[in-house]
Amino acid sequence: MDPVAESQKFFRRISQSSNIMLFLLWHVVHLILSVLYIVREIFRAIENYLITNGYVKTYTNLNLDRVKYLGIVIDSDEARNTSKVVELLEWLSALGVKKLCLYDREGVLKKSKAVFMERFGSTENSVAGPLVSKKRMDFEFVSITDGKEAVAKAANLLFKKYYVDGDSEKPFFTEAHLTDALKTLGAVEPDPDLLLIYGPVRCHLGFPAWRIRYTEMVHMGPLKYKKLGLIMKAIHRFTKVKQNYGS
Amino acid sequence: MDIKQRTQIYNNLCSFARKCIYSILSVATLPNHIAFIMDGNRRYSKQHNLVDGEGHKVGYSSLMSMLRYCYELGVKYVTVYAFSIENFKRSPEEVRSLMDLMEEKIEGLIKEESLVNQYGVRVHFAGNLKLLSKPVRLAAERAMKATAKNSKAVLTICIAYTSTDEILHAVEECCEEKRDDVKVSNDGKYEKDVINVVDIERHMYMAVAPDPDIIIRTSGETRLSNFLLWQSSNCLLCTQSVLWPEIGFRHLVRAILEFQHKLYYLNKQKQT
Repeated sequence: MDPVAESQKFFRRISQSSNIMLFLLWHVVHLILSVLYIVREIFRAIENYLITNGYVKTYTNLNLDRVKYLGIVIDSDEARNTSKVVELLEWLSALGVKKLCLYDREGVLKKSKAVFMERFGSTENSVAGPLVSKKRMDFEFVSITDGKEAVAKAANLLFKKYYVDGDSEKPFFTEAHLTDALKTLGAVEPDPDLLLIYGPVRCHLGFPAWRIRYTEMVHMGPLKYKKLGLIMKAIHRFTKVKQNYGS
Repeated sequence: MDIKQRTQIYNNLCSFARKCIYSILSVATLPNHIAFIMDGNRRYSKQHNLVDGEGHKVGYSSLMSMLRYCYELGVKYVTVYAFSIENFKRSPEEVRSLMDLMEEKIEGLIKEESLVNQYGVRVHFAGNLKLLSKPVRLAAERAMKATAKNSKAVLTICIAYTSTDEILHAVEECCEEKRDDVKVSNDGKYEKDVINVVDIERHMYMAVAPDPDIIIRTSGETRLSNFLLWQSSNCLLCTQSVLWPEIGFRHLVRAILEFQHKLYYLNKQKQT
């Protein structure tokens, strides 16, 4: 019996058992985490019930004036479920939201634009008549191509204007120059004040970087579990936020 | 047993407990890059009736602890939002005291026994360093030079930084670089776009690190305040209600557990 080989075998067995133990412990920890997430969802459902049935007086009078521009980020897979998106828009329209920015990474919402415009759009072509004028909303549809690629296009515009054309003298570049170049490309809407994120994770999924400097981002969970009461809570919370903007 | 020995034993126990937790977390993928928005120092000062500026000093020791935990765990890239360009709007006294504190702490980083040398950390300063006072800028340049040979991990300190300034600077650098590449056709018309997203990303201050996996903001605020807006497309945004000087190991573990829980979705987003 070779003692060295025996000891190596022994330590390998201990290492394998400790690896199995760690593996099991990791799964136990994540199982506990999953249970905690479920418990949190139950509490959110109860909270939603209380808010939507008027038991919580704090959220009854929402000051929507502070939310000048609301942004909604939806996971692209969930965005394909147009009926759920329409339901969400109906809630927002009922709350009194007039202007909305809809974002999903792949541009699924852009493709369904006609459906939303027909139902909620404030143009003359909309089917909804004057009786439902309260439901009219202005939309902006954004996807990933309006982010980094738009900045690259704006960079090319600036390059052409100040480096290629012999007449113009290159100025001291400021953020205003890039903002103007982006406006020329169609990014005329303001920055959203509040971004509601519908998806499994709190992640803005590539929303145009130039427009979310000081945007409050609230994770609302997956779109299929959306809750009106939690939208009211998020908007109410936003109206209470005090921003220093760095100072 | 005197206090010193008891503290030593307590520290050893904590270190051992941390190592056990690291072993469990390491079963699954760990984040490669974690970023911190260190918010809440002034609020901490007010809450504990400290002299103005003391909150930042306590915040600095929290930063050192968090860096230690990250590097012990094996997180290769850590980025911190130390000072925004917008922070120059604060009172001149506060800005001066922050600059003095930063200069003092940057000099501390270069010392042999500092944490960065202990863990082989290379330090970068990301931001518009020209806006800094000369002593701070020189200290930053010295720290970058002194740690240039370290290769085990990277610490990026965002100072005089905003994302929009970073993007603008990258665009300007691209324009300068491409000046000679422009192709003009016979009738004097500018032919094709020469600047693309990859060019811009190459010139970003943050090109020294990959995109972050987690951004942790303390004090319960839900905005990014012009931090890593370009790089956070597929990043878990973690908000914790604790003030920065009170942040601890458990907050880091919570963020990492959440990251591991959502890893499949985050990786799927990175691939699209």
